[in-house]
Amino acid sequence: MRLTDEEKAMLDGKEGPAVQKAMDLLVRYGEALGAEKLVKTNNVSTTVVSSNPFMRDFTNKYGFDATFSEFNLDSQEVVEIPTVKTHSCQLITSLDAEHWETLGVSRDRLELTKNQEIYNGNLGIQLMSTCAPYQVGNVPVKGEVCAWMESSAVVYINSVLGARSNVEGRESTGAAMLTGRIPYWGYHIDENRLGTDLIDVEWDVESMTDWGLLGYYAGEVVGERVPVLSGIHHTPNMYRVKHFGAAAASSGGVEMYHIPGITAEARTVEEAFGKNKPQFSFKFGKAERQKAYDHLNVSARDTNVDFIMLGCPHASIEQVWEITKLLKGKRINSSTQLWIFTPRAIRQLADRNGYTKIITDAGGVLMSDTCPAIGQVLPKGTKVVATDSAKQAHYLPAIMGVQTWFGSLEDCINAAITGKWSGDLR
Amino acid sequence: MTTDTKKIILNGRKIVGGCAEGEALVTRDTISGWGGINPANGNIIELRHELYGQSFKDKILVFPGAKGSSGWSTFFHTSRLAGTAPKAMLFNVMTTKMALGAVVTHAPAMTDFDQDPIEFIETGDWVKVDADNGIVEITKKR
Repeated sequence: MRLTDEEKAMLDGKEGPAVQKAMDLLVRYGEALGAEKLVKTNNVSTTVVSSNPFMRDFTNKYGFDATFSEFNLDSQEVVEIPTVKTHSCQLITSLDAEHWETLGVSRDRLELTKNQEIYNGNLGIQLMSTCAPYQVGNVPVKGEVCAWMESSAVVYINSVLGARSNVEGRESTGAAMLTGRIPYWGYHIDENRLGTDLIDVEWDVESMTDWGLLGYYAGEVVGERVPVLSGIHHTPNMYRVKHFGAAAASSGGVEMYHIPGITAEARTVEEAFGKNKPQFSFKFGKAERQKAYDHLNVSARDTNVDFIMLGCPHASIEQVWEITKLLKGKRINSSTQLWIFTPRAIRQLADRNGYTKIITDAGGVLMSDTCPAIGQVLPKGTKVVATDSAKQAHYLPAIMGVQTWFGSLEDCINAAITGKWSGDLR
Repeated sequence: MTTDTKKIILNGRKIVGGCAEGEALVTRDTISGWGGINPANGNIIELRHELYGQSFKDKILVFPGAKGSSGWSTFFHTSRLAGTAPKAMLFNVMTTKMALGAVVTHAPAMTDFDQDPIEFIETGDWVKVDADNGIVEITKKR
């Protein structure tokens, strides 16, 4: 890989040991990719919290610099971490400090999280603490070079906004924050952003559920290629494309897609493909929609629902509002729990609008900063979950060993009120 | 060596250097990191995965590549620290998740093969990986 003089100086340790380790990792990673060079970036979304039990033990034993060195730089030598060079934000974390008791986490874990937050804030990392930073102030512009983790966020900023990022990992974003560099590879290169596969959408996709099913189907059939959707007649709002991308990045590895006339880089199908010929063509009709629904509900058998999870990726204020319209004046069943997840900044807005009160009065909890899959937390005794998120329905059975129903928001609220799943694909 | 022992050689590109040998664990399904594996024991936990419930600990893992969450590298990184990582990784499709995950796992890793390793290697075959020289030697179990 070709390095500039400035990059060579970083590799030689001229900017200290942490930057040296960061550049060393970027060189190993870039060479593994077969990248020819690095590119400058000033927008990094990352995670620097100890989110799983293994990492928490590590942090308790060795401290925050050691955790950053090992898990964010792949350095077994502990280096002192300086202030970050780039605009950087923290993605979703493992707990909501306001609701730690409801989440059932220990006081030790709360203290560790709080102390780590102070450490991270001092490094200059914006503590947005959400999987959807584009909802709360980190909105990259078209063409902006980014180094982001969080597959659902990367597919959003690439496709909807036209920013440029690969799905980075914890170590590469750690290195990017300290160097302002990331390998020039994949979606940083124009031709890789063009469509590869055509999905002819025959079903009239409009609801959030249908956008999730379409995304889940798209990920299954295209894997990590770039789908182009034709036949979309209703312009989706932000939360629909948020749901679509998250689903496609769960069943497959979709990091970029085009909806001609709607997403940032293609006005027409021809423009979406550019010089490419479609490698494969698929259709999304009634049968494919049903198949995606069945796949998402593969773990679910028991219609007694213990727990309803909403807000994956983190709910927008519009979604919170829609939830409150269904919940107002209602009371959830005594055998169920309802947790709704949103970024903390949006929760403050919900507090101000009176939405939090409506949710609380109904017996639900509006949480921020985390989600059940990332925090690995569920209400005690949960065996059966219902969610309106394809991503959460994909991951929860594997991560938490629970049955999970996937359906519409209305189906989920209904289950919260009755304690029974009666959802179906309509 | 008995006469019916068959050896096959594949050539590929080094992703992470080093040598390792062991029993192969082969899948045609891509693998998720976060939500796909349990680093505590190396088990595949994705429900509809072909290797569901099997562990890659100390195996030569042969698979198409990575999918899913950006936690991929962290989960394989953690498997190294927990002592459950594969002995080597052989894969076909390069992605950032795959490259970074292989780099931080530190086990020998290769890709860009002259022939598809998934076609030639079966679970249980004995596989020698010399990533530094880009060579994979397969001894069929039968």
